[in-house]
This record gives sequence, structure tokens and C-alpha cells, in this order.
Amino acid sequence: MAVITYREALNQALREEMRRDPDVFLVGEEVGAYQGAYKISQGLLEEFGEWRVRDVPIAELGFTGLGVGAAMVGLRPVIEFMTWSFALLAIDGIVNAAAKMRYMSGGQFKIPITFRGPSGAANQLAATHSQALDAWYAHVPGLKVVAPATARDAKGLLKTAIRDDDPVVFLEGELLYATKDDVPEDESFLIPLGASDIKRSGNDVTIVAHSRPLHTALKAAEILQEQHGISAEVIDPRTLRPMDIDTILESVGKTNRCVIVEEGWPVCGIGAQIVDDIQREAFDELDAPILRVTGADTPQPYAHNLEQIALPQVDYIITAARRVCYQE
Amino acid sequence: MATRIVMSKLSPTMEEGRILQWLKKEGDPVESGEVVLEVETDKANMEVEAMGSGVLKRILVPEDATVPTGTLLGVVAAEDEDISAILAEAEAVAKGSSVGRTDAKPGTVAPSEAIPGAAAAPHPATPLEPAAAPPAHDGGRIKASPLARRMAEERGIELRLVRGTGPAGRIIKRDIEAAATTGAPAFGEVGTELGPEPPYERVELSQLRKAIARNLVQSLGPVPHFFLTAEIDMGRVLELRAELNKSLEDTGLKIGVNEILLKTAAQALLEHPDINVAFAGDHIRRFTRVDIGIAVAIDDGLITPVLRDVAAKGLRQISVESRELIARAREKKLAPEEYQGATFTISNLGMYDIDEFTAVINPPAATILAVGATQEKPVVVNGTIEIRSRMRVTLSCDHRAVDGAMGAEFLATLKRMLENPLRLVL
Repeated sequence: MAVITYREALNQALREEMRRDPDVFLVGEEVGAYQGAYKISQGLLEEFGEWRVRDVPIAELGFTGLGVGAAMVGLRPVIEFMTWSFALLAIDGIVNAAAKMRYMSGGQFKIPITFRGPSGAANQLAATHSQALDAWYAHVPGLKVVAPATARDAKGLLKTAIRDDDPVVFLEGELLYATKDDVPEDESFLIPLGASDIKRSGNDVTIVAHSRPLHTALKAAEILQEQHGISAEVIDPRTLRPMDIDTILESVGKTNRCVIVEEGWPVCGIGAQIVDDIQREAFDELDAPILRVTGADTPQPYAHNLEQIALPQVDYIITAARRVCYQE
Repeated sequence: MATRIVMSKLSPTMEEGRILQWLKKEGDPVESGEVVLEVETDKANMEVEAMGSGVLKRILVPEDATVPTGTLLGVVAAEDEDISAILAEAEAVAKGSSVGRTDAKPGTVAPSEAIPGAAAAPHPATPLEPAAAPPAHDGGRIKASPLARRMAEERGIELRLVRGTGPAGRIIKRDIEAAATTGAPAFGEVGTELGPEPPYERVELSQLRKAIARNLVQSLGPVPHFFLTAEIDMGRVLELRAELNKSLEDTGLKIGVNEILLKTAAQALLEHPDINVAFAGDHIRRFTRVDIGIAVAIDDGLITPVLRDVAAKGLRQISVESRELIARAREKKLAPEEYQGATFTISNLGMYDIDEFTAVINPPAATILAVGATQEKPVVVNGTIEIRSRMRVTLSCDHRAVDGAMGAEFLATLKRMLENPLRLVL
């Protein structure tokens, strides 16, 4: 184990998988000579050469199509988007080509492709560069969607994503790149897709959060315990599709109350789906309505103060948790 | 986390309670589950436990004061915890309701006079939602969280009788837990273990039974009573008792007519399970155990200790247990589970030389037997007049669950058994 950043963990995962499997290659804007816009691909060009670490022009749909074609003929591409907001230009390639090819070819083609890049708001990047579109991709049958919150999860899940034979949308937290965590150096370290992780155990309320809001939720859980006597269990689904709902249901069975946090917009969000699962599968376990804490239902504001209040805050989570515990 | 000590509803009919004694002072450390005070309810003196640990931060209601159920009595919290919000809520509630009133009607409500729904009489506003918290069942529909509903079902607690402390009076998990620990009204529980709620099997209502229930409710209050009276020759019972007691002389044990009545009634109920029932709205509960309530007059009213599984007990055990229950009932020392959940009740006023009377059913049971004095009377036997010991009994039946012929057949069996009592010894 070594304490490394989320950025270094992703770099390790790419490097290990490229060493292990010569079919794995990386494509994206500035991934080679510039070493990656966020330095995720640091040193990879030097080690693997320009055939496997490929700089491409600013043409997201084009290099997405390139990746899908390469996957169809048996390669294992990793496509980096400079941010997931830019991937909007490539959504036809992701949703119509990558996600459906296996189905429409009657299983003749598998598409072992990984789309990855930073997601969510950072600091004052404004409305078009600060989006958490997790729910968009989780909506699509044929895609797998992963959103790690810690360096350890980032490494274990990216390695699994690359090895997976289906297209995986890998959402990295832009503000998580510098966060640190204990990460196994063992090359065989993998985290399966579709497995939630209980990041903190508790008895009074289940808080579900992924990606950056997980850390907000953990902070809220600490304050809930210290100041309000509420013991919160914090669950990180890690994979948004397929989601390990069983772990969440089990927790709700214990706590009888649930708050779901996400950075994306509220309407048709990830949390809306989880609420649906819980009310259907665990109706008789609920002692209170499930509450959601989401990004504000607006384009992301540029002004720092407005940006902050538009994102899930520790206070919002505390308020919601106290409400479902009938403290407010 | 601060926890409230509340005047809980400790019996179905309890609307207020008096603080007898605080066992802790403000500032004393308190463990969750520890007894912090004693209250007097309409039926018994009860201990109240803390629901959380910390120190007793505040005592809000002094000893001897009488307050409505639901009133905040005290707060347990961490030593340095700020409980001003809870106190402010309590104050708001006090202003909006009659906390501290002492002008409630005197006396007690005896169980045999209780009617379903009486316990659902208006409650004081809940401490949590001072402004808008009517009882959850104010408008007919009960508001309860899905979990609370499931828990109530599992524990055999009637939601109708539970006070909700959630928003708008919603019944939530903690209310069911409180109801369960304070022995709140239960309707009976599936299972065979001996416990406060007798086990039963569910009998679905036929359309005819539904119509009977619907119509009869219109006539005589919520429980439509009818009454059947029979006169029973007690000569052989008295002989049996005398012989039994003679043979028991060296043991100090005594068998009374009451105990013989308990045993006989239990045997008769085994033969007529349709009498050992409760009407439960959409179905009938046919209890699979005979738990007989014994109406006992006490200083300021009446209480009905319940002797469990009477059919399985012999006269000796019935005698020992019923005498012990009755003694504790007179001392007001019964726990709620000891006076709730009878499947049948016997009320005997024979010692007052009452010829016969009708008793009011003690819900949720559907029947009660009123027993008059055994008196020597001239009776025509085979064309000649003889002096015989006769006792008149009257069975009150809940017509929603029991019909006249059913009750009559039960009484006939009871009469046959009492007039040929030797079989009881078997």
C-alpha cells in the first residue's frame, strides 16, 4: 500500500493495464506530448510510444468513432475526454455506436472500450464546463457507468473497466485528482463493477453518495454524529450502472431512513432511480420519506458564492438527515 | 442525542397520568432503560424508563402533578448539550393545550366499560409538532410510516391506539417502540408462546357476518351487546368443592366456586371456540388459547387481571395463580400485560348477593359472563318441589362476532358441565 493521489492511481491503472495487455491503447486530446490536460497520462508516451498513446485533434465524435471501430476489431481502447462536458459532442458515438453495437450485431461484436475523463463542477468553470451528467449515461442500456470517489477505488475500478468487454463510461471527479488515499501497489488489485462500498457504518440513517459528494457526505456524517447524535451509514455505489442496490437496501433495512446525494440535477437523477428501487423493494422498512440532496436545478453559476450554494453542501446533507430522523 | 421523557399512554384508556415520584434529580446520570420516575395511571402505578443515556437535564413536571399523555416530563441529554429547542417546543405545546390541568373527571374507567375508540379521544398536541399535530387517526385514516405499519402488525399493536409523533401526527418507528415497551394496547399476536396477547387464528368475515356487524353497530354503541341468561344447579359443584377441600385440608390449599367456574368456562370455551373470539374490523380473531379475565373490584374502580391458558391448567394451579393475581390487583401492582388481552371475562357479583346482572363487554374480547349469587330456591324436579342451590349467569355477547344460538349452545355446555362437575377433575 502507498498513499498516492487519485491522479497517480489512474496513471498506475493505465500503465499496469497497458503493460499487461498490448491491445490497450490511449487516445485523447493532449494525452501524449503534453502528458494529459490533468496529467493522468504522465510518462505513458515515453513508455508505450505514439502508437499506443495517441494525441488527436479537437474532434470528440471523430476519435470516439475511431475507438468504437478499434474495439470492433478486437483492440481495447481507452478514450480520454478533456472533460465529460466536451463528450456531449461525442454522445452519438457513445450512445448509438458503442452502447448498441453488441446488441445490433446480434453479439458478433463486443465493444471493450473505456471512455474516461473529469466530470462535475470544479472551481468557477461556469455553466458549460461544470456538469455532472452521470444520469445521462446511466440511462442507456449497453453502457456501464463508474464514478469512483477515492484513489483506491479509481485504480481498482479503472483496471476492471479496461478489462471489461462492454463500453464503460468512467467519470472521474475533477476536484478529486489531488485527493490522496492508500492504494494497493499489487498489479492484480481489481474492484468489481457493480459493488457498492460502505464508507462509514451507522445505524440511524443511510446516506448514499458517489464521486465528490461522497466526501461531503462523510463530513456531514461526522458532524451528525458529534453534534446531533445521529449515526449515519454512508454508502458509495461506485458503479452507477449496474448499481449494487442490495447493499443500499440492506442498509435501509437497518436504518429505516435514507438521504441520497448527487452533484447532478435533481430531475430524473441517479437518486431518483435509487428512490424508486428503495420504495419498491423496501417499502415496509421506511420510517420516513427518502430525501435527496442534489445540484441546484439551474445551469451551474460562475460566481463563486453562487456556485457553492448550487452544489450539495455539508449543511444540506445534515438538514436532510435530521429531517428523516424527525429531528427537524 | 437528547431524548424526551414523555407521559406515555400506558393503557388503552389512559388520558392523563400523575407523577408519583422522580427517582432521579436534575443532573443525575441516567442510562438508557433505567427507571427515572413512577407514574400513576388510571389502572396501576408504573415505572417509566429513560429512552437514552446522559444526564437528567431537566425535570419539567413536578411530583404529584397530573398531566395529559404526551406531555414532556423531562429531558435526558449529554451534560453539555443544548436542549433549548426541545424546551421551547414543550413550552409552545403547553400554551396551546391544557398541560398541567387537574380538573379531569375523577375516578377511573373500568376495563369492562371501555369502548373501542375511547382511547382514541383527542390527545394533546405532540411535543415535536406543536402547531399542526392532530392524532394521526383524526380524520379516520391512520397516517403511519410503512415501517411503523409493519412493526405494528408484527407486534400486534393497534395503530388506531398509538399516538404519532411524526409530522402531522404520522406514527413512526419510535412511536411503535414506545407503545411496545409501555405495553400499549395490543390486539393479539400470532404465536403459541404464552404472553400478554393470546394467540389466535384469523377467520375471514362472510358477507352475512359483515352485514350483521355493520347493522348492529348502529343500534347499541360500538359493541352491539345481547344477553343470555341461564340458571344453573350448583348442588353438585358445592358438594365437589366440599369434598375437594376436605381432602386438601392438610395442604392449606382451598378451592373456591370461582376457580371451579374458571376451569369450567375454559373447558366449555374449548368446546365452543367461536365464543373465544374478538371482532377485529375485517376479520374475527378466534383465539387458540383461553385467557380469562377476572373482574376484581378495587378501591376506586375495577380491574381485570388475566389468567393465561386456563384450559391447560388444573384446579390447583388455577387456584394458586388466580388468588395471587387478584391479591396484586387489589394492591394495584399489576403490569399492563397482566390485565390486557383477555379472550373471555368472568365478572362475579355473587358475594354481593346479586341475583343476576348483565356485564359490559371488555373489548377486544367478544364475550363476558356475569355471575350472580348461588341461592337456595324451590325448584320443580320430576314433578315435586325441591330446595336446590341455584346460580344465574348471564352471557353478554358482541353480536358482530357471536350470534344468539352460538351463545346459547355455549351456556348449555357450561350448565351441563357445572351440573356434572366430576369430569373437571380429569
